[in-house]
Amino acid sequence: MTNSERVEIGVIFAVTFLVFLLGVAILGFGREAGYVFHGWLIAIVAGWGLMNLINRLNDTRPDIPHEYSDTVIKWGVGATFIWGVIGFTIGDILAWQLAIPSWNGDMSWSNFGRIRPMHTTAVIFGFGGNALMATSFYVVQRTSRARLASEVSPWFVFFGYNLFVLLAVTGYPMGITQSKEYAEPEWYADLVLTFAWVGYLWIYMRTLANRAEPHIYVANWYYMGFIVVIAMLHVVNNLAMPVSIAYPKSYSLFSGVQDAMTQWWYGHNAVGFLLTAGFLGMMYYFLPKAVNRPIYSYRLSIIGFWGITFLYLWAGSHHLHYTALPDWVQYLGMTMSVILLVPSWGSVFNGILTINGAWDKVRTDPAVRFMMVAILFYGLATFEGSFLAIRPVNTLSHYTDWTVGHVHAGALGWVAFISFGAMYKMVPWIWKREGTYSLRLEAWHFWLALSGTLIYVGAMWNSGITQALMWQTYDPDGNFVYAFIDTVDAMRPYYFARAIGGLLYLIGACLGAYNIYMTVNGPRMAPVSDANRPILQPGE
Amino acid sequence: MSTPHQRLERNGIGFALMILFVASLGGLFEIAPLFTIENTVEKVDGMRPYTPLESAGRDIYVREGCYACHSQMIRTLRSDVDRYGHYSLAAESMYDHPHQWGSKRTGPDLSRVGAKYSDIWHVAHLTNPRDFVEGSVMPGYSFLLENRLDTQQLSGALTALRRVGVPYSDDQINHAARDALRQADPLADYEDDLRESYGENVQVRDFDGQPDQLTEMDAVVAYLQMLGTLVDFDSFDAEANNR
Repeated sequence: MTNSERVEIGVIFAVTFLVFLLGVAILGFGREAGYVFHGWLIAIVAGWGLMNLINRLNDTRPDIPHEYSDTVIKWGVGATFIWGVIGFTIGDILAWQLAIPSWNGDMSWSNFGRIRPMHTTAVIFGFGGNALMATSFYVVQRTSRARLASEVSPWFVFFGYNLFVLLAVTGYPMGITQSKEYAEPEWYADLVLTFAWVGYLWIYMRTLANRAEPHIYVANWYYMGFIVVIAMLHVVNNLAMPVSIAYPKSYSLFSGVQDAMTQWWYGHNAVGFLLTAGFLGMMYYFLPKAVNRPIYSYRLSIIGFWGITFLYLWAGSHHLHYTALPDWVQYLGMTMSVILLVPSWGSVFNGILTINGAWDKVRTDPAVRFMMVAILFYGLATFEGSFLAIRPVNTLSHYTDWTVGHVHAGALGWVAFISFGAMYKMVPWIWKREGTYSLRLEAWHFWLALSGTLIYVGAMWNSGITQALMWQTYDPDGNFVYAFIDTVDAMRPYYFARAIGGLLYLIGACLGAYNIYMTVNGPRMAPVSDANRPILQPGE
Repeated sequence: MSTPHQRLERNGIGFALMILFVASLGGLFEIAPLFTIENTVEKVDGMRPYTPLESAGRDIYVREGCYACHSQMIRTLRSDVDRYGHYSLAAESMYDHPHQWGSKRTGPDLSRVGAKYSDIWHVAHLTNPRDFVEGSVMPGYSFLLENRLDTQQLSGALTALRRVGVPYSDDQINHAARDALRQADPLADYEDDLRESYGENVQVRDFDGQPDQLTEMDAVVAYLQMLGTLVDFDSFDAEANNR
């Protein structure tokens, strides 16, 4: 073991020990059952990590094999599908609760308000975050021709991150939440994420520094953007004052209008850098690999990347049109949101034109079909986003299901489709299988997911526009035609349609998880004889 | 010859720092000024920090995730103002850590729900929404009537709020638990004391219809009944506060 490895393990040990102390303090001083349970959870995971680190230190000569480090990626794939199925299931339960309100159960832990963030956190951070971590570890090694720069840190990152998601998702039904949209976890879970995220940045930059290729490939720009900007957003938006170690409750540092602006600066860029930049990184690697064509345009890559990195951060205020936020911020946000269409569609064209010369694969390979349709949905959702950011249009869409439909066009159609496409490619590669278990199941997954998404988004467009128009309908005397509850009644058929669309999507995802499971359990590829195998794969 | 961008692509740390720089501009130019420009938040009469009971009610509102379906932000649109009342001012959420403006109206906006309905209506509606509003998709919150309000942590809560800028006095913090009990006192014996401490617009009575106990329902209804009622709009000069 070299000195730098010793230092690294020492630092990770110290941080894990801090987390362990945090867990012990919470379980010791905590006065609420759920909070104490979280203390135990943190202490057990951190304690188990500490034991592993000690074992590692005692292991005098751990073998570092001359190959890519893929085991942590395999765990990431597993976590992606587990959180995905959990998150989609809760999402569909929520959809049914709106269609049939008695399904709330009227118990504290089962009501819509408490389990709604379980859905958003499980899909965004559990499914999306794990998919990004797993693929980023895969991509950074292949495009750098370097093994992950550490044997220990990737595990620290993986378990730390998933501990955060677990704390978040189990906390909401017990009432532990900040109720800041998409940043609901309380201060101690935020601390865990901060540590894991710094480790993520560190391992990513270290591996890039070890690269055997002179240039950093474009997919890594996006993954870097995702890691760096999410770090900034997470820290600033979650600044809060805990009441005491005895309670999970904290109060955010900012209040009112400043808090609202910070929150949507965060919220819109969780979309921009987690759900967009990270997955563009995925596209920039897995699409050209899958169709075996180079990226269409280097110049478009540069314009797209810096355009998104600059513009997205200005766009958050379009969530606050006509509110108490000063008008100049609203107009600035609207303007930047409209311009944002240019780099967004730059990426769309770059993706679609990359398929040129290999369009037959869209027909024959469901994974490529997933990716191609993902890019189309990305184009649709970014156009819609710029459109909805225009103030007069926003008067119609805001506070309605149109926003929900817009988010799901992006989340179901773009984020999850590109992830499924990439997973269907990457899983056989890292487990050294000939291909996936069943192309037919893959195709079934694709069509179920596509029809589910279209039903979902179509229903939400209709319900959103219908409700907004009903809210704004006056009779000739200047009185409202519809009471609020009339507009709720009008939503009923759309709520049912949405729940059915979500169910189709969920069934598709379950088929996908089964297909991945069977692929992993299936036969390995015929081995390549040792004499022919290069020590490291050539630059990919 | 290599372009500047090609040189950047060869430098990992430089690339990451460039991302951080470019990405921080939006926040620096849009958010930072909101803390320094004086007229971001209007000067209005009537705004005051929440009483301990209202603050506890707000914590429950936050805990239950009400923001997922209810906004607290009336926009400057005719259809918003006609339905919900005067458009929301920045000052009205100046003590809200965090804000609960919301992003979705599955149910109606709540920023001026205070004093619109009776306490009895709120309690019955929260217990079983469809008893009063046929077709409502809201979950029931009957458990709030059974949960006793934990007043022990109120002093700690007010202390934390003071640390982030809410102007609570030592006296208010020390007597938070007592003040919460007094606000829900059915005989309103201490109404004058509370009004002296928190302001004339404090509402003192039993809120949940169970005069002998202080429940989470008391806190939630006390919070809902004061929403949007604080600011004195007779003395508010809209022109002077145009931003």
